[in-house]
Amino acid sequence: MSAVQAEAAVARRIVGRRSRGERIRGQMFQAGLLSCVVLALLALALLMIDVIVDGGSKLSWDFLTSFPSRVRPETAGVESAIVGTLYLMGLVAVFIVPVGVATAVYLEEYADRDRWWNRLIELNIQNLAAVPSVVYGILGLAFIVRAPLSLGPVLLAGALTLGLLVLPVVIIVAREAIRAVPPSMREASMALGATQWQTIWKQVLPGALPGVATGVILALSRAIGETAPLIVIGAALFARFNPESVTDSRFTALPLQIFSFISDPSDEFRSLGAAAILVLLGILLIMNSVAIFLRNRYEQKW
Amino acid sequence: MPDAQTEVDKTSEPAQAGRDGGKFERKAQAVSVTAGLRPDVDGGRVPDDLAREAVFRLQNVSVHYGSNPAVKDISMNIHEREITALIGPSGCGKSTLLRTLNRMNDLIPSARVEGEVAYHDQDLYARDIDPVQVRKLIGMVFQKPNPFPKSIYDNIAFGPRVLGMKGDMDEIVESALRRAALWDEVKDRLKENAFGMSGGQQQRLCIARSIAVSPDVILMDEPCSALDPISTGRIEDLMLELKEQYSIVIVTHNMQQAARVSDRTAFLIVDLDADEKNRWGRLVEYDRTEQIFTNPQDKRTEDYVTGKVG
Amino acid sequence: MAVPEHTLTRQWTPRRVGEGAIKVALFAAAALSIATTTGIVIALLRETINFFREVPFSEYAFGDKWTPLSGGDQQSFGVLPLIFSTLYLTAIGLVVAVPLGLGCAIWLAEYASPRARKIVKPTIEVLAGIPTIVFGYFALTFVTPEILQGFFGLEVKTFNALSAGVVLGILVLPTIASLADDALVAVPGSLREGAFGLGATKRQVSLRVVTPAAISGIVAAIVLGASRAVGETVVILVAGGQVASLAVDPAEPHQNMAAFIANTARSDVSSSSAEYLTIFAVGTTLFLITLLLNMISIGFVRRYRQVYE
Repeated sequence: MSAVQAEAAVARRIVGRRSRGERIRGQMFQAGLLSCVVLALLALALLMIDVIVDGGSKLSWDFLTSFPSRVRPETAGVESAIVGTLYLMGLVAVFIVPVGVATAVYLEEYADRDRWWNRLIELNIQNLAAVPSVVYGILGLAFIVRAPLSLGPVLLAGALTLGLLVLPVVIIVAREAIRAVPPSMREASMALGATQWQTIWKQVLPGALPGVATGVILALSRAIGETAPLIVIGAALFARFNPESVTDSRFTALPLQIFSFISDPSDEFRSLGAAAILVLLGILLIMNSVAIFLRNRYEQKW
Repeated sequence: MPDAQTEVDKTSEPAQAGRDGGKFERKAQAVSVTAGLRPDVDGGRVPDDLAREAVFRLQNVSVHYGSNPAVKDISMNIHEREITALIGPSGCGKSTLLRTLNRMNDLIPSARVEGEVAYHDQDLYARDIDPVQVRKLIGMVFQKPNPFPKSIYDNIAFGPRVLGMKGDMDEIVESALRRAALWDEVKDRLKENAFGMSGGQQQRLCIARSIAVSPDVILMDEPCSALDPISTGRIEDLMLELKEQYSIVIVTHNMQQAARVSDRTAFLIVDLDADEKNRWGRLVEYDRTEQIFTNPQDKRTEDYVTGKVG
Repeated sequence: MAVPEHTLTRQWTPRRVGEGAIKVALFAAAALSIATTTGIVIALLRETINFFREVPFSEYAFGDKWTPLSGGDQQSFGVLPLIFSTLYLTAIGLVVAVPLGLGCAIWLAEYASPRARKIVKPTIEVLAGIPTIVFGYFALTFVTPEILQGFFGLEVKTFNALSAGVVLGILVLPTIASLADDALVAVPGSLREGAFGLGATKRQVSLRVVTPAAISGIVAAIVLGASRAVGETVVILVAGGQVASLAVDPAEPHQNMAAFIANTARSDVSSSSAEYLTIFAVGTTLFLITLLLNMISIGFVRRYRQVYE
């Protein structure tokens, strides 16, 4: 064959050789990656199936409206836990919304980035977001349950501790929502003679509201499942009554109740634990659906 | 050869045809000759036009962002009830200069203003002057229309509300929209979101919004550059109507627009320092618009307005 | 000649005075975060100092037996086993979470179709939103009996490190996957195009070009995942056991620092005793370790942001 044909034949051969072995390796690689995804999804599926199978049969209206018992699994329910959880979440929300939004507004609208104390605040928030939840429990135990706040192991103490835990989440999300409001809005407002706070209150915050709401729901979703801080501050795992006031120490929350149920060696109580888990997951599902609904309905496209 | 900034003012060609048959103009000319030099005009040349009071007097104004200069050594007087245009190639600091007039540069932490900016003989940058008060009197319309994500009504009403203006809000809104030549188009949909309007309408809305707080001066930063020619024409017509009540300063990169609407035009250029690291804007010539475009004194002006340089 | 009716000078109206007060209030809110950190540090240090009055530092730091709740002369406060158990459980968790997490991330970033990505990524994030107590339940009632003892036929105790560690890994997986995915997606497309243009295969591009380019972000993700695993309480509390030992045996129970703290806090020990004060000493140790891991992670995040911004 001619020189050109020979060259072409060599080129074709090289391409062909690489293709065969490499193709196999490529497919194996892709299969490997896909199996990682499958395993992750499988774990999720097994988890859900396990909980549903174990606890589904125990779900009933009675379950939701009776009080727990350590002795008789047949009549035990989670009403006190549900009520306690809802109270806690309400208090946490009342705490984190003003404080979190105020911090975000300060950092985004007022703080001069060059000042060292402002950069310290930012770094601090990033660090707080990664502190283990038990340590927040210790913080709550040391200062909220004991002196100086000396509230004792009551509802309010639990709410404040959980609030401090999830505050960084609210701050970070609120900052992003505020940052998304374009500077032209602020310029237009200031050019009319509005003050900085008027601009923030009447233009920036309303514009950032959907993002902030999503962040708050995210934070509450995190807080609702937290067990460790409540254990450390001394909350009861088990309450036979609904709490009557924010300073009531006779309260419990769903995660604590679940922990109490599944720590019991008997299968009966373990199933109740699974059922309580389903209640908790149900509440979470509702919360996140509301968040998605809010986001889609009120999302501000600039 | 005159220094870079001269304010050449020839009263022999009055801006407006005097309703008194030109008697005032001739009298002003006589007075100006005998009045001698006026200290606030650089070089002590031909005195100020007495037909129009100066709204702003700028004296050696320089603006720096940190260590970078934006404009240097600007001296000029802006007159009331006129449209004053700032033209020049991009980067010559026209917008920076404009924003100095209502202290919008304060919003940029590194900005520094030197020299004197007097508004009706009050030093705008004196220590006890409140920028918020300044902006109530000196409003601004921006290059890209920026209505609030609210209804048309609430857009207009926002200014009066936050400023605590008394009066019937409906009337205030209607009056502002009428003066901005927008009322007939939107009177039936005041509650609709402003974002639903076309670009030209949005810009007129922004103008109406500024008018609603009863300013003295309206600054416009390239108000038509984001709009189509028809909307541009309508806004230019609007400007000519508005100047009967407000003093208008407009930055434009469109020379023909400056020629069409303005009474006076200031031409700025970009100056470089020796090693080309810094660039800043400098005022070359400032005169009545017909002069700038038909008989400019400085060759750089002539090159720009005839299109020889960009 | 018209002098404007308004004045330009600062008007000390109630509204403007309020502005100053508002700025102070906002700063106070922001300063709360500093107060929180200060509070944590004081809360920990105060009682840790008291602890070291009862237990010598050398015993704590270098002792090899951790049995603070035992009676009499069985009681020992050497923290090394507790640290070891913590790291052991974390290591098992990372062995699960890192390969699976990175695998998911690379698949999501490089191979998944937009539609598949839209389904899979949120599903993985569902995993991240499940409360940890559920994972504890899963480990205790499913993984140990059904999978380890049943499916694999291993001889593990009811409370064992393998089960707790694996579930810990599943818990941390979404964190690693999500952050690593962000890092990979941030790699500019031009880099990939250049590699493809040279004739590289998708496998080579993903593994040899994109992943190394995103390495700082990936390391940050792993370190953050490790930090989460180190601080995890409930999974270990429910399924890991109450023993901290230097035994490298996954079939045995192991307890980490966080679970120890929670367990001791709810036990009936007098609040001035050395046993109780271990909460704070161990808390300080845990805080320092996670702080260190977090600073490392932030350092890596800064590096990968620098590259692309």
